[in-house]
Amino acid sequence: MKMESIVPPLPAAAPVAAPARPARRARRRWTPARIGLYVFLLGAALFFLLPLYVMIVTSMKSMDEIRQGGIFALPLAPTLQPWRLAWSGVCTGAACDGVRTGFWNSVAITVPSTILPILLGAVNGYALSFWRPRGANVLFGILMAGAFVPVQVMIYPLVRVMALAGIFGSLPAIVLVHLVFGMPVMTLLFRNYYCNVPHELFQAARIDGGGFWRIFLQVMLPMSLPVVVVAAIMQVTGVWNDYILGLVFAGRDNMPMMVQLNNVINTTTGVRQYNVNMAATILTALVPLALYFFSGRWFVRGIAAGAVKG
Amino acid sequence: MATPRLSLRLTRVTPYTALLPMAIVAALGYLGAGLWTFYISLTGSRTFPSGRFIGLAQYHRLFDNERWMLSLHNLAAYGVLFVLACLVIGFLLAVFIDQNVKGEGVFRTIFLYPYAMSFVATGLVWQWLLTPGDGIDGTLRALGLHDVRFDWIVSQDCAIYTVVVATVWQMSGLVMALMLAGLRGVDPEIWKAARLDGIPAWRVYAQIVLPMLWPTIATVLLLLATAVAKLYDAVVAMTQGGPGIASEVPAKFIMDHLFLRSNVGLASAGAIVLLVPVLALLAPYAYARSRKEAA
Repeated sequence: MKMESIVPPLPAAAPVAAPARPARRARRRWTPARIGLYVFLLGAALFFLLPLYVMIVTSMKSMDEIRQGGIFALPLAPTLQPWRLAWSGVCTGAACDGVRTGFWNSVAITVPSTILPILLGAVNGYALSFWRPRGANVLFGILMAGAFVPVQVMIYPLVRVMALAGIFGSLPAIVLVHLVFGMPVMTLLFRNYYCNVPHELFQAARIDGGGFWRIFLQVMLPMSLPVVVVAAIMQVTGVWNDYILGLVFAGRDNMPMMVQLNNVINTTTGVRQYNVNMAATILTALVPLALYFFSGRWFVRGIAAGAVKG
Repeated sequence: MATPRLSLRLTRVTPYTALLPMAIVAALGYLGAGLWTFYISLTGSRTFPSGRFIGLAQYHRLFDNERWMLSLHNLAAYGVLFVLACLVIGFLLAVFIDQNVKGEGVFRTIFLYPYAMSFVATGLVWQWLLTPGDGIDGTLRALGLHDVRFDWIVSQDCAIYTVVVATVWQMSGLVMALMLAGLRGVDPEIWKAARLDGIPAWRVYAQIVLPMLWPTIATVLLLLATAVAKLYDAVVAMTQGGPGIASEVPAKFIMDHLFLRSNVGLASAGAIVLLVPVLALLAPYAYARSRKEAA
């Protein structure tokens, strides 16, 4: 049984990036059904945009205004004070340095947790597609099945191993864990990409005397830019949005932004400052959102495979 | 003579060495760690793993535990609603977008952006939207609906449904994207033939297109079901399992017992129980795929 086939292939012909069905030239009349269609779509769009809208307007109001006006009201006296507080003044526990601490921690975690999994995923995918060592498909099958398993099944043994190695609660620990849990999708992406590379190319390089690493570095890697971009977008988004792994493995000194955000909002006692909370939430969501809005179809290309990770 | 033979042997060995990290991750990180968790679940471990073998006693304890049973119950209610809502909304959005609408790209972008947000951020936004008094609840009352109390998030019976709303908002765009890809793969000839025969579009969707989308639907179902089993971040951010333990879910039960209540044995038993439905879903899916590939 081929276990690797449990996962949908990377949509090289991207799902949503696929060109629209060729427009029928006949001019559309405004039938009731057509109007209903747009009403439905616009209504749905409104529902999807509502939380973003509320987040933004709330973050620009003073607390007095929030108490007086409705949640949907536009700010009467827009202020950036909540943003300033969220970035550099809000408290987590005893420290009141704002979410910027978490931001820089997240950057420090995300950079190596993106580069290393991509490199290893590329080597794995290359070896699996062209060299096909015996037994490799069994390993790949385990890896793919592992992608669907809740991390709770693996988390405690990993904690024990990290503690034994003396790195629990450090930057290497959290990077290593992201490497473990990012590997299935990264490997899958590159394997599927290299599977579509004509095998003759590989054979020609072999006949020219290319070895494992030379073919990888000089032939395969240079033509992998599209899949590297997709992989990078997915891994940055996944690592940045991670909560549970950061909570367990990163330790207090490397606390990523997502964990800090939840602490700021849910464990702070006293009056809730909704405006600061929403500013902090936007700041935290900004990196993946910016990536999504600016990379557009690249983000979408990775989505089918990326969803595996979820 | 020695050099080419050596290099030949090296070439044979290199792929294995290159795959060593993957072998370690698969064998130790996933398989080994999973088996270790299973072993711990058979012992009387509290704060630290202990070798005291007690058979299936932890599983008995688990299913006598009121909090665990409640979390399973919540997960079932959540799972059914979440999967159904994501499927229906995702499919409808995909079908409507596929009607040559103007601004298709804008709609797609809007429906999919929540997926770029983390479950924590999603949970926190919806927590604010649903805050009794200040959130939507307050606006409803300001509109004159004084009898309406929209306080699900602090209600024993309804808190878990607020998590459904938030996570459906986050993930139905993904379902839309996958379904739309499936719809775009349908042979245009089918549409031409149906139009010639005068079959209404909704019947074509219901009786021809939907059955053709079965592989896409199976993939989506698997993704949604595993998302259900993994449900943790959104609950922590939105309700912290509250009020009380009303919106407790298994993944959170396990985390709490691992790291806060030092009951590693019980938590491990919970993790293994959580694994069962995932594998039960995964196995037939993998089987169906491999049969299709063999054919």
